[in-house]
Amino acid sequence: MDFINAIILILNYIFVPALAYGSQLALGAIFVTLIYGILRFANFATGDMMSFGTMFVILFTWYLQSYGISFGVLPTALLAIPFAIIFMVSYMLIIDKFVFKYYRTNKSPPVQLAMVSIGVMFVTQAVVRIVIGPSDRRFFDGEKFLIKAGEFKEMTGLNEGLAIKSTQVITIIVTLILVSTLFWFLNKTKTGKSMRAYSDNEDLALLSGIDPKKIVMITWVIAGILATIGGTLYGLDKSFKPFTYFNNMLPIFAAAIVGGIGNPFGAFLGGYVIAFSEILLTYAYKKFFMYILPESMEPDGLIQLLSTDYKFAVSFSILVIVLLYRPSGIFKGKVL
Amino acid sequence: MRKNLNVIAAYSIMMGLIILVGIFQSWNIALSIFNLCLISAVMTMGANIQWGYAGLINFGIMGFTALGGLAAVLISVNPVQEAWSVGGANILLSLFLIIGIVLAVRFVLKKYQKTKIRNYVIAAIIISGIIIIRLVSEPGIEAIEEVNPARTGFLGGLGLPIIFSWIVGAFFAGGLAFVIGKVALGLRADYLAIATLLISEIVIAIIKHEDWLTRGVKNVIGLKRPAPYEVNLQQTDWFINLVEKFNSGKLALISDITERQAALNQFVIEGSSIFVKLCYSGLFLVVVIILLILTQKALYSPWGRMMRAIRDNEEAANAMGKNVVKQHLLIFVLGSAIVGIAGAMLVTQDGLFTPGSYRPLRYTFLIWVMVIVGGSGNNFGAILGGFVVWFLWIEAAPIGLYLVNLTTAGLDDTHFLKVHLIESVPYFRFLMMGIGLLLIMRYRPKGILPEKIEIK
Repeated sequence: MDFINAIILILNYIFVPALAYGSQLALGAIFVTLIYGILRFANFATGDMMSFGTMFVILFTWYLQSYGISFGVLPTALLAIPFAIIFMVSYMLIIDKFVFKYYRTNKSPPVQLAMVSIGVMFVTQAVVRIVIGPSDRRFFDGEKFLIKAGEFKEMTGLNEGLAIKSTQVITIIVTLILVSTLFWFLNKTKTGKSMRAYSDNEDLALLSGIDPKKIVMITWVIAGILATIGGTLYGLDKSFKPFTYFNNMLPIFAAAIVGGIGNPFGAFLGGYVIAFSEILLTYAYKKFFMYILPESMEPDGLIQLLSTDYKFAVSFSILVIVLLYRPSGIFKGKVL
Repeated sequence: MRKNLNVIAAYSIMMGLIILVGIFQSWNIALSIFNLCLISAVMTMGANIQWGYAGLINFGIMGFTALGGLAAVLISVNPVQEAWSVGGANILLSLFLIIGIVLAVRFVLKKYQKTKIRNYVIAAIIISGIIIIRLVSEPGIEAIEEVNPARTGFLGGLGLPIIFSWIVGAFFAGGLAFVIGKVALGLRADYLAIATLLISEIVIAIIKHEDWLTRGVKNVIGLKRPAPYEVNLQQTDWFINLVEKFNSGKLALISDITERQAALNQFVIEGSSIFVKLCYSGLFLVVVIILLILTQKALYSPWGRMMRAIRDNEEAANAMGKNVVKQHLLIFVLGSAIVGIAGAMLVTQDGLFTPGSYRPLRYTFLIWVMVIVGGSGNNFGAILGGFVVWFLWIEAAPIGLYLVNLTTAGLDDTHFLKVHLIESVPYFRFLMMGIGLLLIMRYRPKGILPEKIEIK
């Protein structure tokens, strides 16, 4: 019985939250990696682009709510996503046309494009803060829990409750659907294949008649979709605050590089690597050991490897270690 | 003279703007903008050395600034005797352990061939070392943090004049830069940017949460000052006489004695804070000028030429027998040390150390905007960038307010759009920075004062 309790404890406090957080990171990391692989620069505006898309979702959610439209037990935000994506994608295409295109046609070094993306970051951040303000916003509605801790305890008769938030389930399901569609698109369709070819070897792809304009456009469209959905899922699960989104850029970068930058599948797994290691290393295992060890060996301390204050630092340290030993990432991205 | 006309023109416009702020807003505001401009200028010089001279991209400026600030605390605060007696031994022992681990790892690295086993041994040394250090330091840290937590709760510093911290801050930042450089300088440009950005976040996390060293988010306030205190000045005779002489014209207009005394008091209070700020300006100006002379000399020395050669073509420079790796490391350390000085200056000026206030937007990306806008590779450009961008950063709110009022003049004062826009005026600074950066990158990619190589 104690053993099952211990497993439920781990599921409740480590596995489920890490899976949800990892999915959110994974979407962001694929976004970073696509931009890096095809447009060839590190996009420092990642976090703010995600908050920009989420902002549209929130505005549409409010609009729908004002008409009394809701999505039943699911959050209304899911209904708002398609509309937000339209705005987000057009924003990205406008940014590309007026900002990034010039440097791409001039074949500027990637560092210059990264600097330009800092300019875009400032502008996007300003627009988000001016439109919706810098404060914390919750836009979740519908049923909050799929399984409540109390109900679970009653049902199974265990000491430990397992609480699963509906946002966590939505996050995981949406991520799986989105990512599998994306991989199907990249691997099976002609456009997806030409995108991969372009990412692999630009000159060769151009020689074989691939239209770079189309590739770039499709990349921004996919990026817009990923950014909006990733941002919204994070906002539904936690809350929307522009500053947090800006900070999320850092673990997202870590996930993309750990997974091998330029490699979408690596980025997907990288998100989970980062999320799990952050939570595993900062969790206090005292209760876990109380369950599995005999009473005489019960630990006194918290058995916490690192204090939760260092949550971010964990993912960054992993990144530094990966950069040192395998600069191309765990799952072999571009060799840099 | 002709050649430097644009430099002189740019600087006079900048000083003119600050003087205008003095006339229209207040001299206090103008001087505080000027002081922070000088500090920003030091930071941009540091970043410019790395980016402009050598093409190294360092997004970890925030971390070096914070280390400089930490130096100010560790140098100037009086030591907390009680904390030392309860936990000092544990902390010192941990320090020796850390040195021991580093030496052990070095020994293993030097002595044995590169194999899998060696990696495991190193990992084992580090992990067991960390566990031992935690066991040793934990009781000490807890004891230290319990010593009067509302006022101290940390080890304190050395109790020396704060001005020394400017040098120590440089050494702290340089030391960290040495470690980062050893680890990360081999990476490609954008990887280096991301790695330094993340490492600086780790530094901030440590400073924020190691309360025994830095008091963490509880902040350290009331640091010593290199300048006199306003309150003391207001009671000093020579200062009151000085203010009286300065404002004699205005005071003569007031006939009533008590009123004149009240006016004089007002002038003394205002004057004291201006005087203190002027003291800081003087100190900062000395630092900026010394650094400017040194960096200018370096730029036109054989060493500077070599750095440019390395920046423009690494392979060729390498083929000519220049040690690229070593020079990169050197310049990374030098630039970061300068940023460390700026960090210590900043804390000195504020008189308080607030680890929570270090954010990448303000201390990393804004500095980069300064470097790019001013002109990378040109020291005068970098300093000018620091001035222009900081000036706009502060004055963006008033300018934004003016623009909002202008564009919404037709609307009612209670119209929701107008109210909303006026509330979000503080964020116009981000918009301004972003658009400014994008425009400069597009139409004047070398900055306001571009790099100019004169062969002498």
